[in-house]
Amino acid sequence: MKDFNYHSAKDSKEASKLASSSSAFLAGGMTTIPSMKLGLATYKDLIDIKNIKKLSGIKVSGKSVTIGAATKHVEVSNSKDVKKAIPSLSSLAEGIGDPQVRNRGTIGGSIANNDPSADYPSACIALNATIHTNERKIEAAKFFKGMFETALKKGELIEAIEFQIPEKSSYQKHPNPASRYAIVGVYVAKHKADVNVAVTGAKSCVYNDKEMSKALSGNFSSSSIDGIDLDSSEMNTDMHASAEFRASLVVTQAKKAVDAC
Amino acid sequence: MASLVGSRVERKEDKRFLTGKGRYTADINLANQTYAIFVRSPHARASIKKLNIDKALKSSGVVSILTGKEIADDKIGGLIAGWAIRSEDGTEMKCPGNPPLAKDNVNFVGDPVAVVIAESLAEAKEAAEKVEVDYKVLKAVTSTADAMNGDTIHEGIDKNLCFDWLLGDRQKVKEAFDKADKVISIDIINNRLIPNAMEPRACVADYNAASEEITLYTTSQNPHLSRLIMSAFGNVAPEHKLRVVAPDVGGGFGSKINVYNEDIVCSWAAKKINRAIKWVAERSESFLTDIHGRDHVTHAELAVTKDGKFLGFKNETIANLGAYARVFGTVTPTYLFGPCATGVYEIPAAYTNVKAVYTNTAPVDAYRGAGRPEATYTIERLVEKASMELGIDKTELRIKNFPTAFPFKQTLVHTVDSGDYVAGMEKAKQMADYKGFEARRKESEAKGKLRGIGVTSYFEACGIAPSAAVMSLGCGVGLWESAEVRFNPTGQVTVYTGSHSHGQSHQTTFAQIAADELGVPIENIDIVHGDTDKGTFGMGTYGSRSLAVGGIAIVNACKKIVEKGKRVTAKMLEANPEDVEFKDGEFIVSKSNKKKTIGEVAFACYLPGVRDEMKSPLPEGDEPGLKETSFYDPSNFSFPAGTHIAEVEIDPETGHVKLEKYTACDDFGRIINPMVVEGQVHGGLAQGIGQALYENAEYDETGQLMTGSYMDYTMPRADNFPEFNIGYTCTHATTNPLGVKGCGEAGAIAAPPTVMNAVIDALGGQEVTMPATAEKVWKACKNLKKSNAKAA
Ligand SMILES: Cc1cc2nc3c(=O)[nH]c(=O)nc-3n(C[C@H](O)[C@H](O)[C@H](O)COP(=O)(O)OP(=O)(O)OC[C@H]3O[C@@H](n4cnc5c(N)ncnc54)[C@H](O)[C@@H]3O)c2cc1C
Repeated sequence: MKDFNYHSAKDSKEASKLASSSSAFLAGGMTTIPSMKLGLATYKDLIDIKNIKKLSGIKVSGKSVTIGAATKHVEVSNSKDVKKAIPSLSSLAEGIGDPQVRNRGTIGGSIANNDPSADYPSACIALNATIHTNERKIEAAKFFKGMFETALKKGELIEAIEFQIPEKSSYQKHPNPASRYAIVGVYVAKHKADVNVAVTGAKSCVYNDKEMSKALSGNFSSSSIDGIDLDSSEMNTDMHASAEFRASLVVTQAKKAVDAC
Repeated sequence: MASLVGSRVERKEDKRFLTGKGRYTADINLANQTYAIFVRSPHARASIKKLNIDKALKSSGVVSILTGKEIADDKIGGLIAGWAIRSEDGTEMKCPGNPPLAKDNVNFVGDPVAVVIAESLAEAKEAAEKVEVDYKVLKAVTSTADAMNGDTIHEGIDKNLCFDWLLGDRQKVKEAFDKADKVISIDIINNRLIPNAMEPRACVADYNAASEEITLYTTSQNPHLSRLIMSAFGNVAPEHKLRVVAPDVGGGFGSKINVYNEDIVCSWAAKKINRAIKWVAERSESFLTDIHGRDHVTHAELAVTKDGKFLGFKNETIANLGAYARVFGTVTPTYLFGPCATGVYEIPAAYTNVKAVYTNTAPVDAYRGAGRPEATYTIERLVEKASMELGIDKTELRIKNFPTAFPFKQTLVHTVDSGDYVAGMEKAKQMADYKGFEARRKESEAKGKLRGIGVTSYFEACGIAPSAAVMSLGCGVGLWESAEVRFNPTGQVTVYTGSHSHGQSHQTTFAQIAADELGVPIENIDIVHGDTDKGTFGMGTYGSRSLAVGGIAIVNACKKIVEKGKRVTAKMLEANPEDVEFKDGEFIVSKSNKKKTIGEVAFACYLPGVRDEMKSPLPEGDEPGLKETSFYDPSNFSFPAGTHIAEVEIDPETGHVKLEKYTACDDFGRIINPMVVEGQVHGGLAQGIGQALYENAEYDETGQLMTGSYMDYTMPRADNFPEFNIGYTCTHATTNPLGVKGCGEAGAIAAPPTVMNAVIDALGGQEVTMPATAEKVWKACKNLKKSNAKAA
């Protein structure tokens, strides 16, 4: 690992001011530190945001659950409030990585990183989340731009993620057996108006599967998506799963999610 | 005094390990030490055109940079294969040179070309990045099956073939096959594994210029053997000027048998720079450069009668050695594999032919089970297939071909002294509720799941020794084991063993044995191992040999102590030595109330005089002191055996295989500590099930390791396993005084075919290769659905 400067920011303003083209925010460090150790990333400055009180914590209102960006996965999975309001979100957090990762990794870090096989991005899409940054509010549908790419601008800091509480929801992940990231993860959420079927792991970026959303909005039953043959041409192929297998898993996991709702 | 052998004595080593007081190689820091980083080849096969260290030398903190040139100039020897194998045509095996630092050619990704030694680790890393190596990249050979058709990797080694070995009689096999009603044949792959010991390899080398001694602390399973090899073949230092210490070692599984490049380079370099050098592997280096295991491609056939009697067996295997032949690299796919490939069955005619090939991948060597998992996988997959094709129940077919009497002269090499395979099978069936399977299968079916059951009966040859036998088969050293038992004057005992514990619990089980033999409380017995300066020469720990060979050496040394004790007691109590009996730590003159405790005798041996009396308690001819040594060379291997049964449930939509039940019924002979044995069985099963369902080392066609981290290499985790159902049958080994057989490898040997037989049973007999990943199983489920639809 190359030498770097460590800063601990006391508030969002300072954090954002310290940011440059060769800096990273340090939240849980679960992505940043390993990439630096492996020489895949080098930064001049690491800006620790964990001491910014405002960034941690969970608030539940009648309609939404708002989670501070620096809130750890373990806090989300253990939160009674989250379990009550959106149980699928708490179980998603419980299924991330291993205890060490959950004890450090944060929701803000996860969605800022936008790993194509990360779990949280699917929750953001399925639960019509709003990403609150120090500058603006961004709808989830406009936030995830592509592989490891988001709408965040340089120095823009995520402060909180606001999830809409659905009528019913479930997240079903087929994990990579080694890393336990999602080979395919499908988050189904039934809202008053419509149904979202957010898919992670299958393509270069999380997306809402229109075909299944439509079918389920008409009839919220797994039979309405049974036998759907998804186009696999844009799906990922790697040593753990071919595009064809992923396409099949997306439907299977979606059916499981509907059945679990 | 109650016997300790057979009881669940708590582990003496746990206090140290569980409180963070273990002392591993990486915990050792010496005054003024430097840090080494190895510059490694990023290519699988290349010649080195130029190596420039000028820039790196100017980097801050650099102490020295050494390359293949210096090591060659100093005539430091390379790494060796410890076992000479002869081909069927009588020619000797062909082994390439394997210099500790490559000079002209590199042959796998990770092959070291230079070492950078600096004042700090960060500086060493920084400088290592500045070493410029100009490679001419050559086409790599990576596939086991095609290696013989690839470019020649090592000059003069045609077809990349190390040897083409035969065990058995082709003609007799042909005759047997001619008589057969049916021939069952199978093509299987034994997937390559990475051992993944929890503690990565490490070494700290020190040089004392005054005594001219090198001390090497290293992660080794056999420090004495390491010293011998480094001295005799590495030319690092004469044995008396080289001390090898293997302190606490966090797992080996065979991967720490070998002397590695880093051990030799750091020892040699420490003398050159006259300073201590520390090297600790990063996990990614472990993935790339630790020896790997398995990697066979096999075609096998079984000739049977229509009522299921086995007549003949053929085994044609290509074994991947990786880039170089290492210590157990050549024996693992031959004598540790071939003889066990006929399994627990009476098969009148058999042969095993192995072509061992070089490829541009990490060296392949002994990994937990070494050869016997591959053998057992071959025969047990074949027998399971035979049961399907013949329509005979899988347990009945096995029983039909079990030997009925012991000693059992196994087809190819071994004479198995003891066992009761039928009893093992019956008990395993009961434990697993074999009869209830059909009902459970129906329940799964009702849920839309596929359920399968798999059986394996295995035996293995372990307790690796007798010297005469192994040396006649090409082993470069004898494989006896030593022990030394020393009494202190005040009665405590130190036992020195030549074997090594890196998770096997020697400190506990060996103390149990000595406590029983000597009648000394276990608290007063210390077990010492792992340091060539302490105790006598020893051969180390692998092949489930610690207890069956090393443990017996302890028993024998204790027996010598008792014999001397009897003589001393007789002198002290004015009796005949023949009239002295020893029991529970006391020497008793028979038919009298005269006795001495072993503590009193030890004291007398060390202080053999009495004030104002010219009387010694020592009989004439006995020297003072109480210390005995034994070098034990057994008369045969030992042969654990057993039957394992697994049940899996498959989700046809996702291909997910859930291991529902696992039953292991093993015969390990006498059990010294059931808790320790359970630990060994659990660990072995985890690795064996890992091979069947999860683990796979994969190289791409350019020789890059695709599974070089835990992001892609699937190590099994606790939640992958059901509660293991473990039981035993017990027939004592007749070839050693404790009746023990060895339990370290059984799980890793039996589990892969057991689990795969269950998976394939669930899939209606369709072959899938290990590991049975979700996608492979999903595809097989789709085929099954298609063929069922057609049938309907
Ligand atoms: C072994 C392992 C297994 C894992 N398994 C899973 C898994 O199964 N599923 C899964 O989804 N994830 C998994 N992860 C990822 C993990 O859950 C973390 O979410 C992820 O690493 C990022 O979170 P972090 O808090 O550690 O971010 P950091 O590593 O600290 O930061 C990552 C990036 O996000 C940026 N960032 C951080 N916080 C903010 C913010 N508030 N605003 C703007 N930018 C920010 C940083 O600048 C940096 O570029 C795994 C990680 C590891 C190491």
